[in-house]
Amino acid sequence: MNKVHFDKHRCKGCGMCVLFCPQKILRMSAGLNDQGFPYPELTDPDRCTACGMCFRMCPDCAIQVDKDGVKIKDKKETTDVTK
Amino acid sequence: MPTLKRTNVLTEVRTHYCPGCGHGIAHRLVAEVIEELGIREKTIAVAPVGCAVLMYDYFNCDMTECPHGRPPAMATGIKRTQPDKIVFTYQGDGDLAAIGTAETIHAANRGENITVIFINNAIYGMTGGQMAPTTLTGMRSTTSQDGRGEHGEGPPLKVCELLSTLDGVCYLERTAVSTPKDVNATKRAIKKAFQNQIDGRGFSLVEVLSMCPTDWKLSTAQSVDFVNNEMKEAFPLGVYKDKG
Amino acid sequence: MGEKILLKGNEVMCEAAVQAGCRFFAGYPITPQNEVPEYMSKRMPQVGGIFVQAESELAAINMVFGASLSGARCMTSSSSPGISLKQEGISYIAAAELPCLIANIQRGGPGLGNIRASQADYFQAVKGGGHGDYRVIVLAPASVQEIYTLTMNAFDWADYYRNPVMILGDGISGQMAEPVEILPYEPIVDLPAKDYILDGCAGRKPRVVKTLVLRPTDGLVTHNEHLQGKYKRIEAELSLCEEYETADAEIVIAAYGITARIAKGAARLARKKGIAVGLIRPITLWPFPSDAFAAVAKTAGQILTVEMSHGQFVEDVKLAVNGGCPVRFLGKGGGWYPTEDTILEKIESMAAASATIAKGEL
Repeated sequence: MNKVHFDKHRCKGCGMCVLFCPQKILRMSAGLNDQGFPYPELTDPDRCTACGMCFRMCPDCAIQVDKDGVKIKDKKETTDVTK
Repeated sequence: MPTLKRTNVLTEVRTHYCPGCGHGIAHRLVAEVIEELGIREKTIAVAPVGCAVLMYDYFNCDMTECPHGRPPAMATGIKRTQPDKIVFTYQGDGDLAAIGTAETIHAANRGENITVIFINNAIYGMTGGQMAPTTLTGMRSTTSQDGRGEHGEGPPLKVCELLSTLDGVCYLERTAVSTPKDVNATKRAIKKAFQNQIDGRGFSLVEVLSMCPTDWKLSTAQSVDFVNNEMKEAFPLGVYKDKG
Repeated sequence: MGEKILLKGNEVMCEAAVQAGCRFFAGYPITPQNEVPEYMSKRMPQVGGIFVQAESELAAINMVFGASLSGARCMTSSSSPGISLKQEGISYIAAAELPCLIANIQRGGPGLGNIRASQADYFQAVKGGGHGDYRVIVLAPASVQEIYTLTMNAFDWADYYRNPVMILGDGISGQMAEPVEILPYEPIVDLPAKDYILDGCAGRKPRVVKTLVLRPTDGLVTHNEHLQGKYKRIEAELSLCEEYETADAEIVIAAYGITARIAKGAARLARKKGIAVGLIRPITLWPFPSDAFAAVAKTAGQILTVEMSHGQFVEDVKLAVNGGCPVRFLGKGGGWYPTEDTILEKIESMAAASATIAKGEL
């Protein structure tokens, strides 16, 4: 199950989440939401560390991150930058 | 259990802010602080004139909106008559540092026990990109088309530096919302500014350097770079006053 | 009977405000109203109220804006140039439908003018003053005792109609000391609950006090229609005026405030000389007591408007009289004030002219 959830209808397509994703696993969609904006998509959900960078930088509160049950795969990738 | 999600202190209304605008981040941080401090039902917010004028649609607390530049005066009237409530103003650079300079300075110097969130994006956003008091030297705007500073505009006004000379002020910090680290620092500063009011310490102001991609005519990435490279140089981050 | 004390008009206004429960005052020094912030700075703390000396009139009116939306009875005062600065805030407060009292102790204008008494802010007071279609209830006391009662009433009307109220005084009545009976405050209307105030949203939905109306598209049209409906109601319910010996008067003087007081003396002198002169004195300048003026115009031969300006109030008199009888004018601005003799002289010339016309000699 994905740890990061996008409310694509709130998204304005600014791409801030893509810019700040440390894993570089986000991209903007080819399609548009009901406001006419592209929205983020996960390219590799398994590599998401639920670090919360995208949540921190989203100006539209369009992102939710579930941090519980996050498995530590690689120590380098699990530094919690939100603290 | 979701651990990072939008706070209920914000309403469900989608904001009118442009893509990549820093107001949305600042709104979320203020709302999270209100939630964490448990003060939503005691809070009265004063919105400015400018891009943030519609913030009364976005916050789930008592809200008012004020003539341009007068929020610190209005907040004075609210806080003096309701000292047990939490009163904050949220103002842009035109509102706080141009038309409302007198209200800002005097509320600060009186040590009004209020919290001021000052969003500095170096431009008039709502009216379409005119020169702000904080527009950088050399920066182009629709009213400084050859770049500020060549035609008697003067250099950008540094609010934290200016207010730091006033004995009545409790707390001044300049932060940014252009990196996750800066966002975290901004939240900490906003929380401190509200806690100061709860503790009755007096006037606290957090200046937040923020992106305005639309009126800067830059992409999201370029806007972030502009804050990190240009704005932080003109407006150094840090604590300018802390009475402790 | 209440206690009688000797006080200046400006001080009496303050004490009446305190008696009526005003607990917030913000102001800025300007002559000839300085007694007001001075008195309030001492008196407010005595009753648990708040006095703030603001950095400007702009700040003062917005502090009052904040106090009013907090539910406090509140006021500010100034004199002509300062009232010009307050117009921005007054427009917003009227738009937000909040109660407050604004006192204008008028001085000579335009510009910095002088510090002598004047009535040259009439248009600004009764026609709006700031931007947009709004009205402020405007009261014109003619004695220190009336300053006392009208100030207390002003707070009731402000709360009742949720509208700013202005005391339009002048440098003479503000500075003049007279014995005044300090009567206890009794509300003259059923005061509505202040269910619009911002006091934190504990146990209720959040409230918004705002004046920007963008949605729906015709929202501001609707809001304006609502305001106009309220103004119509105020016009129907609150037009006040005093008439003095108008029933048989051949000439009726129209005047307000301190000018009316001088005019009453002139009317008495005229009666002694055998000229039947009366007085009509609006107590509310907005709403204007048009019906009373129209009625007087039916019985009077002529109306003489006297004011301390070059002709502002006279326009409303003419509108109300609507051609019912000739309306003459005596007035000057810049600190000029009429004496009883000046008015009497004008009355005598009017009486002589009408006698000549009656004889068919013209």
